[in-house]
Order: sequence, then structure tokens, then C-alpha cells
Amino acid sequence: MADVTTNPAPRIIDGPRGRKPTRALSGRNIMIYGTLIVVALYYLLPLYVMVVTSLKGMPEIRMGNIFAPPVEITFQPWVKAWAEACTGLNCDGLSRGFWNSVQITVPSVFLSIAIASLNGYALANWRFKGANIFFTILIIGAFIPYQVMLYPIVILLREAGLYGSLTGLIIVHTIFGMPILTLLFRNYFSSVPEELFKAARVDGAGFWGIYFRIMLPMSLPIFVVAMILQVTGIWNDFLFGVVYTRPENYPMTVQLNNIVNSVQGVKEYNVNMAATLLTGLVPLIIYFISGKLFVRGIAAGAVKG
Amino acid sequence: MEPSISIRNLDLSFGAVSVLKDLNLDIGQGEFLVLLGSSGCGKSTLLNCIAGLLDITDGQIFIGGRNVTWEEPSKRGIGMVFQSYALYPQMTVEGNLTFGLKNAGVPKTEIAQRVARAAKILQIEPLLNRKPAALSGGQRQRVAIGRALVRDVDVFLFDEPLSNLDAKLRADLRVEIKQLHQTLDNTMIYVTHDQIEAMTLADRIAIMRGGLILQLGTPDEIYTRPANKYVAEFIGSPSMNFFDGHLDESGFTAKDINFTVDGYDFANGRKHGPAWFGIRPEHILTGAEAETRPVRLSGTADLVEPLGSDTLVRLRVGDRLIWVRMDGRSKPAIGDQIQIGFNPARASIFDKDSEERL
Repeated sequence: MADVTTNPAPRIIDGPRGRKPTRALSGRNIMIYGTLIVVALYYLLPLYVMVVTSLKGMPEIRMGNIFAPPVEITFQPWVKAWAEACTGLNCDGLSRGFWNSVQITVPSVFLSIAIASLNGYALANWRFKGANIFFTILIIGAFIPYQVMLYPIVILLREAGLYGSLTGLIIVHTIFGMPILTLLFRNYFSSVPEELFKAARVDGAGFWGIYFRIMLPMSLPIFVVAMILQVTGIWNDFLFGVVYTRPENYPMTVQLNNIVNSVQGVKEYNVNMAATLLTGLVPLIIYFISGKLFVRGIAAGAVKG
Repeated sequence: MEPSISIRNLDLSFGAVSVLKDLNLDIGQGEFLVLLGSSGCGKSTLLNCIAGLLDITDGQIFIGGRNVTWEEPSKRGIGMVFQSYALYPQMTVEGNLTFGLKNAGVPKTEIAQRVARAAKILQIEPLLNRKPAALSGGQRQRVAIGRALVRDVDVFLFDEPLSNLDAKLRADLRVEIKQLHQTLDNTMIYVTHDQIEAMTLADRIAIMRGGLILQLGTPDEIYTRPANKYVAEFIGSPSMNFFDGHLDESGFTAKDINFTVDGYDFANGRKHGPAWFGIRPEHILTGAEAETRPVRLSGTADLVEPLGSDTLVRLRVGDRLIWVRMDGRSKPAIGDQIQIGFNPARASIFDKDSEERL
């Protein structure tokens, strides 16, 4: 014993010790980062071309080098795309379509989320008779191709006197958002512990009380997910917009198409690019603002609180 | 006296599956009743029926003399504590405590009084402004109890409230619940699968299996005079030792061994025929004490589990294994010959077919 205290033998001997070293330039890393960079370039290159082209004047574009940065930066194409480009009879640019799209998207998103979250809540927590059949029918709705329903809905809207109006389109968007959103909300509310719901019932909260004061405040992430899905889906919609509205009510996407695909005169690539970027701006901003919440909401079902 | 809770001919079935069958139960004023059973025995289901969280198929439920069979949970005069605490995550502790009172339209001054009283009893005053996420498991369960407490009701329902806590906290909170019952003196129904909780807390225990109450009695009755073999096996750890054999004039015969059953208190007079003879490990004595008992056997130590306070020893007697609880200081080695002895008066004998107590 005494020997040990006076001259402790080193317990650590030569050889591997502590954290295992990693090489920065291993074959694995080169593969991973190399692939990621190539894929990122593949995705970003078209965007780069669009931004660059939209900032060039037409003479510069005619020189043909689409990858070259602009020699002389001009915002004229953006102004023209927003306020002056001609679509059909009107020559007030995309601004008209933008406001139409806002008027379509905001109520559609609000209505569809409000109804679908209630649907999901009722299906998940108030198991009524026939709930499963109702849910199955609703989900089948998600698998029916839109094309099949296009014309019947035209007739329905015409009979209701809503064909061509913004209201009609809002109703269509709300209905078509229902299956997937109800599924989303039902699954989220199902993951909320049942005992919480029971406790609220013992505490005397009813259907609406539990929905507004317990479920809603707990479910912010899933509402954000639903909002992103709906805003991007409805904003980017082309088919319903072109079928169910009249030209003065066309959403931005339809107008964009009309600008880009116009066959008269010179093709103004810079204006087209600017118009496309303007149209894509809203979903892009939504993604940037709520990206984090989006991921959290998607992952929320997997983690128990 | 009018029972606090009376359950009359309660039936519950989900489609073709019958969960509770013609169940009758009267719980006295201020009584602490524990519903005990393994998972799937219907104990939590029964509690949910009493709370009104499940719609029953048939029968009646009375609380405080009032027929509440069709009442909403909030109108039954009950408070409930859940296993997973079930605290509202977005509200503070105070919000959790007051949610039910606000729904019931209780005046603000009274809400404040009740919250202050509950917080004082449960010692959660410093936590009132915290969110549940910032509380430990024990604190959360205290708040959950507080939520039942502020409701100022006569009946508390506990659904396995301590199962999510670690062993130390569980023991602490168990004591607190017992104290709470002594202070408040209201009726409590407590569901658990933990026999220690049941034995320590209950005035009476109802042991359930397959939707039926197998035995309803004080912890002492259940421990010393189990009504059937299932109850005898369920209560006690390690569980009761059983000899498979035959009962006749000479006593009990199990293959190679035969011993007297003189002194055993038969429920309906002495019977003959195939039977189970059960004796608890703690009622088997060893060494010199064994000599004084009417029945003596000898076995070989086969497995030793030292617990500190006790030592559990598994003995091989012939071809059967018998658990014995020895003093913590005795440290038998495997293969040791050990003399054991017990008094048949402390045993339980069950009919072979019906498994009911004889």
C-alpha cells in the first residue's frame, strides 16, 4: 500500500485515449459535402439566372451570356412587371393579380384551417357514432383527382351564382384543403394525452371550452404547419384560379402565365423573370419566417411532451 | 349511515366486450378505498365510470346520496388526479388550479381563498407562477392534487397517481396522500396496481379481476384471510407458497409430505378433498424457532436474495420450491440444509377446483 501512495504507477498507458480523432478530409466527408454542394448548385443556378436576368436591360440580355452578372443594374423590369405589363386587356401589371391572390388566400387559409381544426378536434377527442366512417370518406376525398371534380364544381358554382367570383374560388379552396388538413389536425390532437382532455371535462369545460382554452393554445406548431401548407398551396394554385374566376379576378399565378406566354411583340425576358420572382415572393417569405416552427410542428407527433 | 358513493348493478361493455359486470360497491363517508388489480382488470375503467368520463351501459351511480348516473363529470362533486398529471401545459400552476373554478363561475375572492388554502396544504405556494414544464414530477403531481383540492368536493378519485414517479418520491407522496386524507377526511377512491400503496393507504381494498371484485376487505383481512387463490397470490411479495395436495382426516398430504392442519380456521367446517395449501414466506420460520412449530420440513437453499432488512431464500423441498423470508443477518450459502417450520393456523387453504378459501 505504502508503495502505491509514494510512487503511483501511471494507470493510463500508451495507446488510444479519449475522444476518437476525426479527419476533416476523409473520403466520407468529401462524398457528403461534395454531393450537397453539387445538389445545391443544381437548385440555385436557375434562381441565380433569374435574379441576374431580371436586373439586366434587354440589350444586355441579347448578348446571350445568361450566367454573366449584369453590367448595368436596372430595376426597370421589376417596375414594369409590377405595374405596367400587359395581360389581355389590362396593362396594370401583376399588382392586380397580387391583390386578387391576397383576397383569395387570406380568407381561404383562415376558413379551411378553422373548419379543419374543428373537424380534427371532434374526430380525435369526441368519438361520436360513425366518426370512423366520416373520417374515411373525408380521406378518400384526398385521393380523388381534381380533374374529375372540375366540371361538376363549375355547375355547382354556376347554380349557386358564384361562378367567376372570388367567393366561389374561396369556397373551392376551403373544400379541397379539408381532407389533408383534417388528417393533419386529427393526428395531432390524437397525440395530446387523453387524460388532459378528461381533466378538462372534470374541470367543467365543454366542447368549445376545451377547444379554445386547452387544445388551441397547445397546438400552435400544427397551426403554423397548416398555414404554410395552405398559403403556399393556394398562392401557387393555377388550375382552380383559371377555371373558376373571370379575368378581372385572376390570381397572380394566372396573370404571370399570361405575361410570360404572351405571343405578341418581343419576349422581355427580364420582365418575365422579375414577374416570376415577384409571384414566388410570398411563399418564400412565409418559409423564411416560420421555417423553425414548421419543423417543430412536423416533428411534434414523434416526441411525447 | 348513507354511503358516500354507491355503485349499483353497474354494467359496462364496449360492443360485445363486457368490461364491468353487475358490479356493486358501497363506499362509506370519509373512507379510503383502493381498487387494486393487475392491468386490464377494469379498475381504471370503474373509476372513469364513477367520474362520468365513460358512459355506462346499465346500473346506477350515487354520489353523496344523489343519483349522478347521467350527470356531467364536473357536476358530480368529484376531483380527479391522473397518472400523467394531466396539467394544462400552457397555463401556470395558478391557472391550472383556477381553470375549473372559473368554468364553474366561482367568485374571484373565493377562488383566491381556495387556491391559497390548497397551495398551503400542498406546499406549492412558491410555484404558483410557474408553468408545469418547469416543475419536477413530484411537484407536478402535487399541483394535480391541488387541482382536485380547490374544487372543494367530497370525493377524490386517484388514477394511479404515483406510478410515474421514482421509488423515493413515490414513498414520500404516499405518506403525504395519507396525511391529506387524515386532514381532509373526505372520501377517496384510489386505483393502483402497487400492493404496497394499497396496503398502506387503504381503509378497505377491493381486489379486481376481469371486471369483478374478487374480495373487498380491510388490508388485514385481505392479507391474512384471502378469499381465493388469486388474491392470495396477488398480495404479498414474494408471493405465497402453495402445496398441491389432498386434505383428509390425517391432515394435508402433498405427495411425499404429510402434515397436520390442526388449528386452521376453516370457513365452513373442515372439508376433505383435493386442495391448495398456501403459506406466506414470512410465516415460515427457520432454525431454532422452527422447532417450536407444529409443522416442520427441511430443504436445501437454492437461491439467496439479500435485501438488507430481510434475506429471501428459495428452498428446494423435494421437487418443489419454497420461498422463505429470513432475518437480514442470516446469510445462508447455496446448498445449505435449512430446517423450516410453520403453524397451519396462519396458512390459507383453497379448494382445488373453485380456488375459493376453505
